[in-house]
Amino acid sequence: MNIVVCMKQTFDTEAKIVLNAEGKIDSNGVTLIINPLDEYAIEEALRLKEKFGGEVTILTLGGDQAQAAIRTALAMGADKAILINDPALVEVDEGGAAEILSQAVKTIPYDILLAGVMDTDNGSAQVAVRLAEKIGVPSISSVTKLEVDGDKAVAVRVIDGGTATLEVTLPAVITVVQGINEVRYPSVAGIMKAKKKPLSTIKLSDLGLNVSDLAPHMKVTKFTLPVPRKGGKILPGDAAQATQELARLLREEAKVL
Amino acid sequence: MPKGIWIFVEQSNGKIRKVSLEILSQGRKIADQTGEPLVAVIAGEGIRDLAGQVAGYGADQVYLLDSPQLAQYTTGSYTSALAKLIQEKEPQAFLLGHTAVAKDLAPRLAQRLGVGLASDAIDIEVDPERFLIFKRPVYTGNAFSFVETTSRPVLATIRAKSFIAAEPDASHQAEVLEATVTIDPADLKVILKEVAILASSRPALTEADIVVSGGRGMKGPENFALLEELADVVGAAVGASRAAVDSGWIDNQFQVGQTGSIVAPTLYIACGISGAIQHLAGMGASKFIVAINKDPEANIFTVADYGIVGDLFEVVPLLTQEFKKLVNG
Repeated sequence: MNIVVCMKQTFDTEAKIVLNAEGKIDSNGVTLIINPLDEYAIEEALRLKEKFGGEVTILTLGGDQAQAAIRTALAMGADKAILINDPALVEVDEGGAAEILSQAVKTIPYDILLAGVMDTDNGSAQVAVRLAEKIGVPSISSVTKLEVDGDKAVAVRVIDGGTATLEVTLPAVITVVQGINEVRYPSVAGIMKAKKKPLSTIKLSDLGLNVSDLAPHMKVTKFTLPVPRKGGKILPGDAAQATQELARLLREEAKVL
Repeated sequence: MPKGIWIFVEQSNGKIRKVSLEILSQGRKIADQTGEPLVAVIAGEGIRDLAGQVAGYGADQVYLLDSPQLAQYTTGSYTSALAKLIQEKEPQAFLLGHTAVAKDLAPRLAQRLGVGLASDAIDIEVDPERFLIFKRPVYTGNAFSFVETTSRPVLATIRAKSFIAAEPDASHQAEVLEATVTIDPADLKVILKEVAILASSRPALTEADIVVSGGRGMKGPENFALLEELADVVGAAVGASRAAVDSGWIDNQFQVGQTGSIVAPTLYIACGISGAIQHLAGMGASKFIVAINKDPEANIFTVADYGIVGDLFEVVPLLTQEFKKLVNG
């Protein structure tokens, strides 16, 4: 089975966000990680490989620093990786990313494409589904359980208030949510093997694309930082006194009850 | 030529989602500011009766995409039907509430239409030259990004409770139009086998005015009954932190946080929740936050308007009694 995982490197979710002199998000000194939801996708891919045999390919748009994230994915058990590394990537929007990925997947055989439902940086949850539309395959997003049998996949998807069970004939794009599986840690042996696994770095021109093909539709005009929320009062006294006072404040001060 | 501010009015089993009414109400303001008509689009089966409700919120026109093929949401059928209608009528903007449906539908639709999409926006600014500018939380809600586009239609999904649903005006009339439902068979490759909704008398997390939430301090699944009792006195929804969900104490669908539901109720009561950044990302926009935690150093107290340092197993039942007194006068 040929499994492709679209993986993104993101900021550590604990990172303190500041703006630089140009008013953009400052990445200096920020710890970078594999997008947490993509970890679940990688794990799901490895489980499929363990069950059906085949190969897991990691596909990433990123800079030089993305290699570290890719090596971790390879250490977990993925077989090879393609990193699309091009200065033009800075200005690309979700449609552009989908365009680039669609050209990249043309070069590799795939039965199933997996990704986390969204990344914790931009949080738009668009690229994988856009990719599916672009390459003309079905997509199922927010999947919490995936079963594959031959060329059929049955996916349980999270919906408001419950779940929906869907069936599709592969190939398909599946995006996954937290809890679909338990992500493995790379073993020491895995880390050693990862160093030798193929990681090819390509540019947009290698995919027959140039910057003008990827003119973004969405323009970010500025970033702002939220006004930090301030703590209020700790209510004194024992539990009986504090709860009485809380009820009073919620009614009289906050006016919510 | 004004082609309209279009609002996707999402319905489930004949009930309109609250967020759709919120964006419809805001859409009315945008329509007035831009001189565009406000148009609602409802998709489903047997949905004609919903048109009247939608008129009350200010829609000038209502398109009904009424077909057995749209009875239940699937990515393909809804993308197909909506794309065809939008390509035909060319609205200026198409706004959806950021629900599980829209999170799935909007990117596919945007790609099909060849336009950008502002996801999970929490505010819309109307600019005479730049049209609509969307404010979006990014980096776990630790920054806001302002985005705009020159492509048409402008597509965006709007987070629940970003806007307020107006009081409906039953006398307001709208032109109701039955739109032709065209679904490309190629869009029907994914087959819906089953839908399982957890029946609950409690409000949906993202729609509730009050949320009572439990974390690691709950110590076990059975203790959530204490929170349910408190919640039921004031008609609240029940939520949980990732720690509680990961421990298997409560189902995933109750999780509040970066990778769960993002909520902004009037009142959020956090019980035994430490207040990790990822949890705050999910409830930090609540109007009022109450924290109950044994640990005075817990991070949650840095954002709580009112805090009680104490044992939640003692505090929560007492609070339930106090709320009962308030509710019963």
